[in-house]
Amino acid sequence: MSSSVNPVAPDISQRRAPGLGGFNLTALGLEIRRFTRNRRTIIFALIVPIALFLLVGLNNKYVNQTDGEGNVSAFIMISISLYGAVLSTTAGGAMVSIERAAGWSRQLRLTPLSPAAYIVIKLLAAMVLGMVSVAAVFIIGSVTGKPVMPTGIWIASGLSVWVGSLVFAAFGLFLGYLLPTENVMQFLGLIVGLLGFAGGLFVPISQFPSVIQTIAKCTPLYGLNQLVHAPLLNQGVDWTWAVNVVIWLAIFAAGAIWRFRLDTGRV
Amino acid sequence: MAVDLVDVHKHFGSVQAVRGVSLGIESGEIVALLGPNGAGKTTSIDMILGLSRPTSGAVSVYGIAPRQAISRGLVSAVMQTGGLLKDLTVAETLQYTASLFVDTEPTEEVLKRAGISGIADRMVGKCSGGEQQRLRFAMALLPDPELLVLDEPTTGMDVEGRRGFWAAIRQDAAKGRTVLFATHYLEEADAYADRIILLRHGKVVADGTAAQIKALSAGRTVRATLPGASRDELGALPGVDSVELRGDTVLIQARDSDEVARYLLSRTKAKDLEITARGIEEAFIALTGDGDDQAANTQGVLR
Repeated sequence: MSSSVNPVAPDISQRRAPGLGGFNLTALGLEIRRFTRNRRTIIFALIVPIALFLLVGLNNKYVNQTDGEGNVSAFIMISISLYGAVLSTTAGGAMVSIERAAGWSRQLRLTPLSPAAYIVIKLLAAMVLGMVSVAAVFIIGSVTGKPVMPTGIWIASGLSVWVGSLVFAAFGLFLGYLLPTENVMQFLGLIVGLLGFAGGLFVPISQFPSVIQTIAKCTPLYGLNQLVHAPLLNQGVDWTWAVNVVIWLAIFAAGAIWRFRLDTGRV
Repeated sequence: MAVDLVDVHKHFGSVQAVRGVSLGIESGEIVALLGPNGAGKTTSIDMILGLSRPTSGAVSVYGIAPRQAISRGLVSAVMQTGGLLKDLTVAETLQYTASLFVDTEPTEEVLKRAGISGIADRMVGKCSGGEQQRLRFAMALLPDPELLVLDEPTTGMDVEGRRGFWAAIRQDAAKGRTVLFATHYLEEADAYADRIILLRHGKVVADGTAAQIKALSAGRTVRATLPGASRDELGALPGVDSVELRGDTVLIQARDSDEVARYLLSRTKAKDLEITARGIEEAFIALTGDGDDQAANTQGVLR
């Protein structure tokens, strides 16, 4: 192969680095498209919550029983939408484990994309998946006509479920960086199920022995579960619920950042 | 200077992967980093790409830090394996990558240049190893980089795939792009590089044009029995690369073996003289192999 050595240095002044660390909507859109191709994210985000709601929420016993500003069917729909949103955002965040295993995260370091912009893309994609999950359950709920509550509470509940699931997008990222391989996706359903049980998502924790209740109140889904039902129940908000959410968000975010730093530092 | 390494060391714990490498690559050069596994090729390339930092010493690419050069699209790399998502198509992988840069070549254009226009809509997971490697090459072409770095790009490819891959690289480099590739295939370095840098145990043991490396490998070994031979005397002969003494036996690596033989037979009491040709593989092994100090002797000749 022959080539002449060019003594003139190339003009690199025309070369620029992208703004926002390379963040852009094309990449975000492709991340979301990947969810639609992943069997597990579809199951977690749509199939599990919709099926659960259809199985549990339509029971006439729940439809006819009032609860706060609406009926028990509405209460159950909110619980199940939270479960679906948490599964979705956790799975969405944890997909970084697949990318790490495939060497994609390393490949991205050969592009202008900054690590922070990458994390933002992953979080937003996870939140979009969570939003789709919540919207799906609420739309199914409204189509069946069984859950009853004022329009404002539909909106307030849906929004609080969705915004709150950000905590679990951070949790998913943490798991994705903590655990080395694709295996993490297989444990997600189990982990979120246990957290949901401890947080009173499936059974009110008032049915637990008092020591267990105290422990349950410290688990990551407890505060969020209480908060998302507050608009419907209209019995005020306990500040400890918000503290629970903020502390767990801080723990998961700090954990994700810590593992992420270790990951990018090692080559 | 496209790439500039100044006294670069890289340690991983107690392992010294790179031990004082200094080298400069000018714009437009096609350079092979040649050496056996563990010679420090990948470690050096990682530092040039900003994937890791040297323990000591300085690395710059076009006069700026490697990470900045990457951000501006000055440098791209084709890595050995991995780095692809199975659940995207070939075209989507390129769209994703392109979206991260300020200016890029059109996706169709890089598909064509990498010779994979026909599989744009195929899922990456369904592509063969050779097709995936061409996709990595297409991704690397997107920012139209000044410098293209290839880390053992044809590992695991069959002969046909290897030939096709290099044909694409060669066609691309003809436009004046600087190319740095690591390989442990001597033929690859010989066939595609203008300049070969030989690495061994984390050090540069030879650095010259492909022609110089070939000249080195074209040398012969003269072997004779000569009690009391003087290394200095024999080493001063014209065309001698190295002299080794094993008891009464002398082994002389020389480009002009006739001159050495003539000298030994007419001016000394040498006997049992043998002249053997040294293949390019042997030269490579001599330069990079273990427990052999010929490399150190040869270094001065080539640098």
